[in-house]
Amino acid sequence: MNGGQDLGGMHGHGPIEPEANEPVFHAEWEKRAFALTLAMGMPGGWNIDMSRFARENRSPADYLAMSYYQIWLAGLIDLIEERGLVGEDEIEAGHSLHTPKPVKRILSPADVAKTLHRGGPTERETNTAPAFKPGDRVRAKNINPPTHTRLPRYVRGHAGTIERVIGCHVFPDSNATGAGENPQWLYTVRFDGRELWGPDGDPASEISVDAWEPYLEPA
Amino acid sequence: MTHDHDHSHDHGSELSEMQLRVRALESILLEKEYVDPAALDALIETYEKKIGPRNGARVVAKAWVDPEFRRWLFEDGTAAIESIGYGGRSGNHLVALENTASIHNMVVCTLCSCYPWAVLGLPPLWYKSAPYRSRTVADPRGVLREFGIELPKDTEIRVWDSTAELRYLVIPLRPPGTESWSEEKLAELVTRDSMIGTGLAKLPQENTR
Amino acid sequence: MNGAADMGGMHGFGPIGIEANEPVFHAEWEKKAFALNMAIGVANIWNLDAFRFARESLPPSQYLNLSYYGLWVVTLENMMLDHGVATSEEIKAGHAQAPVKKSKRTIAAADVANMVRCGSPYNRPSPGPALFKIGDRVRARNIHPKTHTRLPRYVRGHAGEVTRVVGCHVFPDSNAINAGEDPRWLYTVRFDGRELWGENSDPTVRVSIEAWEPYLEPA
Repeated sequence: MNGGQDLGGMHGHGPIEPEANEPVFHAEWEKRAFALTLAMGMPGGWNIDMSRFARENRSPADYLAMSYYQIWLAGLIDLIEERGLVGEDEIEAGHSLHTPKPVKRILSPADVAKTLHRGGPTERETNTAPAFKPGDRVRAKNINPPTHTRLPRYVRGHAGTIERVIGCHVFPDSNATGAGENPQWLYTVRFDGRELWGPDGDPASEISVDAWEPYLEPA
Repeated sequence: MTHDHDHSHDHGSELSEMQLRVRALESILLEKEYVDPAALDALIETYEKKIGPRNGARVVAKAWVDPEFRRWLFEDGTAAIESIGYGGRSGNHLVALENTASIHNMVVCTLCSCYPWAVLGLPPLWYKSAPYRSRTVADPRGVLREFGIELPKDTEIRVWDSTAELRYLVIPLRPPGTESWSEEKLAELVTRDSMIGTGLAKLPQENTR
Repeated sequence: MNGAADMGGMHGFGPIGIEANEPVFHAEWEKKAFALNMAIGVANIWNLDAFRFARESLPPSQYLNLSYYGLWVVTLENMMLDHGVATSEEIKAGHAQAPVKKSKRTIAAADVANMVRCGSPYNRPSPGPALFKIGDRVRARNIHPKTHTRLPRYVRGHAGEVTRVVGCHVFPDSNAINAGEDPRWLYTVRFDGRELWGENSDPTVRVSIEAWEPYLEPA
């Protein structure tokens, strides 16, 4: 979706403010929001692309006014409400009010290290051949889906060069909507800064994005 | 699924803050004699009471009954509308857009809130809102549906994004069954939304004045 | 600038809030905010384009969360500060502080009708012939100025057709940064919806913008 999260190339957000000796978390509630989100992945049964979409799928006015973990928390609330794991009234009350919906499994303390170590590999077996090879000129398609996509607006319609064939990976646009993993060939595509930002762009800059095959057409 | 958002609570707290801020600005500008208090009242009265969609409705009604005016209106909107006595602020460069059986026009300003004040007055909140500004250029039919308008699938939809100082006025289709109507009576059928393109002119049976 | 104001094509802002029998103003302070902006405009301390630039320069989260007239108020404060009309102490105090610097040009109540009726035309004598004519295919340039522009992001890089040669108008990109009116030829350019939003979008949609000559190149 062309939402508040698709920030590439925007102006006006002000200076970057590096913080000396920045702590991992800035408040206790941030730790809880972080841990709750990770722990709920297992009983919730959503995938990474669904949780990304849950976070970005809100008014840009809200998205841009929220802190990082506020967005996480808002995404978590939407995910658990959508799945009927928690009711809106319970969120309001701050307490459980209804019999919990049964889930297959929850994250046990003993599984934490193992789960984190396993991570979420997205590469999949395939018997198809990639359509592009390194050096090929490609153009990012001009698509504007209202659902999740990982093709930023700032590269759409622009031509670049295949830098790397990464492999066949879970396709987020499909996975985020529950339409299955639908694995697709994934490439690193390099764009010239001036191609993206016009003649006034830095001629020495190159920007690479990872793009799934359905995002690309021959240039 | 897009989330509904109710910002009224925000605007509630903004109200008192804004009241104070505006009062401060007014005091400063009056004390420095940058503004004349009576001019402020005159400006408010002008746009609250004098200039509004009935200006545009008169233009549309005339275009419905007077073929010569209609021809002039689409050729030189500014001059034709000036002849009825409207123009000036947010209306120095007016363009009339002709709806036909196969073409429907809609007006938006994605970058701010440009609107033909001279013929429609100040814009409604929704016209200035992010939902309308963001979606009209990409999904005009979806926007029309929210206004309860469903056009035939093959109707061409022309969206006009007011990026310069041109101001657009949609001339809606004249409703059927109004052949014998006077210009004045016809003007009653011309809604504000029909001149923005988010509505159609009222049918005779809908006119409940 | 690619700021929050440039929202054509964005998703997530939710339904259009249509208000039946909407009043012209929703609060007394809105009337004042409106009238103050109109009246001080006459003093000619800043131009319309500079005011728009100041408004869109607000941080996107602030821009998107202020009400319409709230945006006007915040921008007016900023302009007054930037142009020495008032000091931050005065704005804080809500009163002018000595010595009061009086304006040279104000609008009297008797002049309001005339000001409204005359407006401020933006057409200017042309410095030379127009480069394009009706029917010409043109492409909106891919420019990303950090300063004010009226070329929305969603048309950049896309090809359309000139449908009207409007005349020679004040060039906002220049006027907004006080670099002079620099009048340029202005055109209405019509784009096919599928050119802007991709081949799967509504084939019956056409979108027109006004574009100054420096925004365009032959397609």
